This record gives sequence, structure tokens and C-alpha cells, in this order.
Amino acid sequence: MYRYDQYDQAMVDTRVEEFRDQTRRRIEGTLAEENFRPLRLQNGLYLQLHAYMLRVAVPYGTLNSRQMRMLGDIADKYDRGYGHFTTRQNIQYNWIKLEDAPDILADLATVEMHAIQTSGNCIRNISSDQYAGATADEIVDPRPYAELLRQWSSFHPEFLHLPRKFKIAVIASDTDRAAMKLHDIGIQLVRNEAGEIGAAFYVGGGMGRTPMIAPCINPFVPIDQLITYSEACLRIYNRYGRRDNKYKARIKILVHELGKEEYTRQVEQEFAHLLTQDIEPPLAELERIKAHFVDPPFETGLADNLDLSDPDFALWVKANTAPHRQPGYIIAVASLKPVGGIPGDASADQIRLMADLAQEYSFDELRVTHAQNIVFPHVRKADLYALWQKLDAADLSTANIDSIGDIIACPGLDYCTLANARSIPVAQKISQRFAAHDRLDTIGELKLKISGCINACGHHHAGHIGILGVDRKGVENYQLLLGGSEGADTSLGQITGPGFSEDGIVDAVEKTTDVYLAHRQEGERFLDTYRRIGMAPFKEALYG
Amino acid sequence: MKILTGNDLKTGAVIWWDGEAWSPHVDDAVDVGEHAAEILAREEAARHVNASYAVDAARTAAGVRPAHIKERIRALGPTVRPDLTLKPADPEALNWVI
Repeated sequence: MYRYDQYDQAMVDTRVEEFRDQTRRRIEGTLAEENFRPLRLQNGLYLQLHAYMLRVAVPYGTLNSRQMRMLGDIADKYDRGYGHFTTRQNIQYNWIKLEDAPDILADLATVEMHAIQTSGNCIRNISSDQYAGATADEIVDPRPYAELLRQWSSFHPEFLHLPRKFKIAVIASDTDRAAMKLHDIGIQLVRNEAGEIGAAFYVGGGMGRTPMIAPCINPFVPIDQLITYSEACLRIYNRYGRRDNKYKARIKILVHELGKEEYTRQVEQEFAHLLTQDIEPPLAELERIKAHFVDPPFETGLADNLDLSDPDFALWVKANTAPHRQPGYIIAVASLKPVGGIPGDASADQIRLMADLAQEYSFDELRVTHAQNIVFPHVRKADLYALWQKLDAADLSTANIDSIGDIIACPGLDYCTLANARSIPVAQKISQRFAAHDRLDTIGELKLKISGCINACGHHHAGHIGILGVDRKGVENYQLLLGGSEGADTSLGQITGPGFSEDGIVDAVEKTTDVYLAHRQEGERFLDTYRRIGMAPFKEALYG
Repeated sequence: MKILTGNDLKTGAVIWWDGEAWSPHVDDAVDVGEHAAEILAREEAARHVNASYAVDAARTAAGVRPAHIKERIRALGPTVRPDLTLKPADPEALNWVI
């Protein structure tokens, strides 16, 4: 994985000391909150419901064990013994003291991490496929390209004060595991007929109060023009994005209002101009970055079979692993969704354990998924049983990936100042209702996502079943959505009808799955059945 | 009644105006009547509190209870982590919030 050079380290260290001085001035009173607030947000420090919250960037979700161990140590030293992995592949701490924040950033800098641009109206952490560099279905490892974009977007002077926040995802396979089309810019690395690598640009997607699926504005940008084209997309947005209205300021609104054709025309015009300015980094820089992402020293000639005689292990293998491109290896996923647990939360001990296990079993690498789980990308099949046993002993082995138990949930009203309703208790009740393994297995793939407000941090628009918490005169109420998807077949969920109480929404989800089971045909997932039979049978069961 | 809340500047902890200073316990909160803006301006300027605001509440047999669930969660702590709330041993605390 990428290692800082002297410039990276100097930038991060300098930023820590700058923020230390800003924090001191705020506490001493020479810097008012109105002036300090944008500065702390640029360093990932929010003020939330109970305390300050620090969001730490995990570039494209990739971590080494030393970094992961530090995340566990920070949870113990400065927080309350746990961290929350997020849908942006980052980690958040919920109980931070302002006076500790500079020391935390200094600790992070020692392991080449920071919280820069995890908030504010700038380009946020670049996200990617959690199986990058390991899966057989990618045309190339997307991480070097994500890293190039990270370097371009970090401290980019033109794009630090955009109309609104800006999120970019990069993938390199047709199976979209990063919700790419629901980003401000989604980039899919592709090959043309000549076998050359390029980038398909999808621009103007997003969730929030106005969900939109990004249209493809250019199916093939040559890879040596990746940054120049990205710059053109951002420039048009920066020039014409709605700064007068926060709720209409995202690029999706601009693309929608201008129309895809006109936005694309302007981007292409700007792109032609930028090509004359020679802003693209030399390919040698991309090659330098790529050298950090070479394959780990895989063994060859390994047996490619697994002993599945332990039924619990077999269940976990079926649900929580994915094929690796190297024979004898497998991708394994530790679930942060124990039955009745808080989605995405991990204790300091669990975080440190996963660091140790990555060192022992996965060439020192981990990935954070946007579904709030942790991936061990390169595990020898011969080691998989031992890895599972150690995860199992730490309550990290729930066999539920991509099932109704693998719920994405935002922090909701339990932690977030923006939320209108609690998300986590609903997730807990649903996971308990569907806890039995045979029930999960019978239902199969069913992605359920919960947001506690219209901002959609819990991706409810993209859930096969989505739940949106709203405030009904001070009482929590939950709307149900069906038919969303974040994959290659991206679609937006539709609201079923009137909302439900906290317990009522759990019953509604169960009725919904009952309709699916009654109507499904051979091999159909929930989403397939919904798309075939439509909303009517579900509404009948829910409200009839 | 009208009560005042905010976060401690240095620690971020939720605090409530008790008439003379800031308390972590909502039960200590006092009715400030028409004086909310004046008190908040003074206390913010003195850096005793950050992100402060006034909320509606009622004095009940169980103590001061903010009108909205958001402030009740602020007053107690996250409902999903009773161990991290101000009343970790009180089984009735969650009912007070909901």
C-alpha cells in the first residue's frame, strides 16, 4: 500500500501544528467559534450531540496493521474504548475532547494518517472497491488511481471552498461494490478495444434529500488525462454550482438543471482548454504510486480447497468470503454486525485484534467497507479456519454479509445533531428478529439500509429495503422504501406509504420479506422479485 | 419552562444552565424566562459554553424533562449504550427518554 514520502509527511505534520495553534487560540479566546468552526471541520472535528466527534480518513478504505492498531489505541486513550466505521470507509470517534484533538492528529501522523478534508465543502476521502487488488473481476487495481486522485485533491487550492462537499469513488470492475453511481463523480476504470486503460466518468449522482443516479458523461477518458478531466468536471461545478442555496448546491442539482448534455459540453470545452495548460501529472508519478501497490508475495502451488466439515465455519465461508484471483487464497470479511449489535462499532480490543490478524494472515492489509465491515483481502485458504476461530472468539464472525442482518445504519439521533430519529435501535431490533441462520440463509441477499434523517448517511435510498427516520411532531416515525440498489444495477427505492412506529417498522420489514418469500421464483433475490412483481403486493400486505 | 443547554468548550460535554453555572445534569436546569439570549451571549463570550441554545422543557415529578426527544437524548446519553449514559444503573432512564 501507499507510503508517505517526505512531502506527504511534512504536509501532515505541518497541518497538525497549525491546528494545535488554532485550538490553543480558540481555548484562550483569541479565536471565536465562528472563525474556528471551519478550521476544525477542515480537520474532521465536528461538534455532535454529546461531544466533539473526530472523523479520521482511511484513503480508499485501505489500512495496514500498524494504522489499525493506532485506531484501537486512540479509542482507548482519547475516547471511550470504541470507534465507529462509516459508510465512507472512514472511522469516527464520538467522545473527543477539543483539548485532545491536536494530540490525536499528531498520533495519527506517526502512522501516516490524518483527518484532513473529512468534512467541509471540499473533495472528501476517495472511496473504492474494498476487494481492490484481490478480486478476480477487476481489470486493474483501482487504488493507485484513487491515490493519484487523493494527492491531486488534497489541499487543491481551487477546490477547498466548493459550493458543497464532493465525493468521488473509483472502481475497476463491472460489479460495483462502492455505490459508484451514487457519488458526485463515479469513475470506472475500463479497457477500450485496443486494450488501453481509461476512465468512464459518471457525474452528478448522490443520495441525500434529492437522490440521483449519475449519468455517464464520458465512457472513455484516456488514463493519462484522468486528472485533467476530473479538474474540468470540478471547475464547471465550482463555477456554476448553487452557492445561494445549501440544499441545491450539490453537483447533482447542477447536472440535473443544466441537463447532462449541456453540462458535458461545458466540461469538454473546459477539458480542451486545460489540455493546453499541461496540468496532468507525468505518468512517471502514476508509476511511482503503482510501485506501492504491487502484489504481496503470494505463495504458488497452494491447495485451493477448504475443509468445511465444521458446519458453523461452512456457514461463515458461504456468507463472509469472496473469491481471490490468486489460487490458494481467499477474501474474508469480519462482520461488525453481531446480532443486536451497533452496526459499524468495534471496541478498541477488537480493532487491535483485527490489526494482529491482518499481520498474521493477510499480508498486513485490511480494508474498511462502505457497508461498515472489515476485509482481510489476502488470506491463505489453509489459514482461513484459524482466522475464523480467532474472529469468532471476539464476536467478529457473524455469518451475515449482504444479508438482512448486515444492516447499514447511520449513527442517527443517538449521536448526530442532524438526525430526526434513531437508526441504531431499529437496526438492532431487525437483526434480532432475523437472527436465525436458517432464516438469513432462506432470505438470501437482502441489503437493508437505515438513515435517521433525509441526509441519507445510512444510504436508505440504495437499500433493497430502505428505512428513513423522520420526526412527526417530536415522535420518531419510520418510512419504508423498497427497490433501491447501489450496484451495477443502481436504482432508487420508492416509499411504500405512510410511516411506522419503531416497533411497527420491524413488523413491516418482516411482512415485506414474507411477501418476497411467497412470490419469489427460482434463483431470485429480494430485489429481483420486487422488480418483477412491483410495489402492489407489498403495499397490500403492509396497509391492506 | 425555558432552559439552556450547550457543550463545554474544552471537553464537548453536554451542559445545562443552573442559574449560576453550567451543570452536566438536566435536573439542575432552571427556567430562564425571557433572559435566554442575554445569558447565552454572556456565557458564550466568556467561553464557558459552546453551541448553546434554549429549549422548551417541563418540570415533572421525575425532574426537568426537555420537550423534544433530541434534548432528552442529549441529557441522558446514547440510548443504545446505557453504560455510557449519566444513569447507567437506572433501568427506567430509557423510558424517560422515549
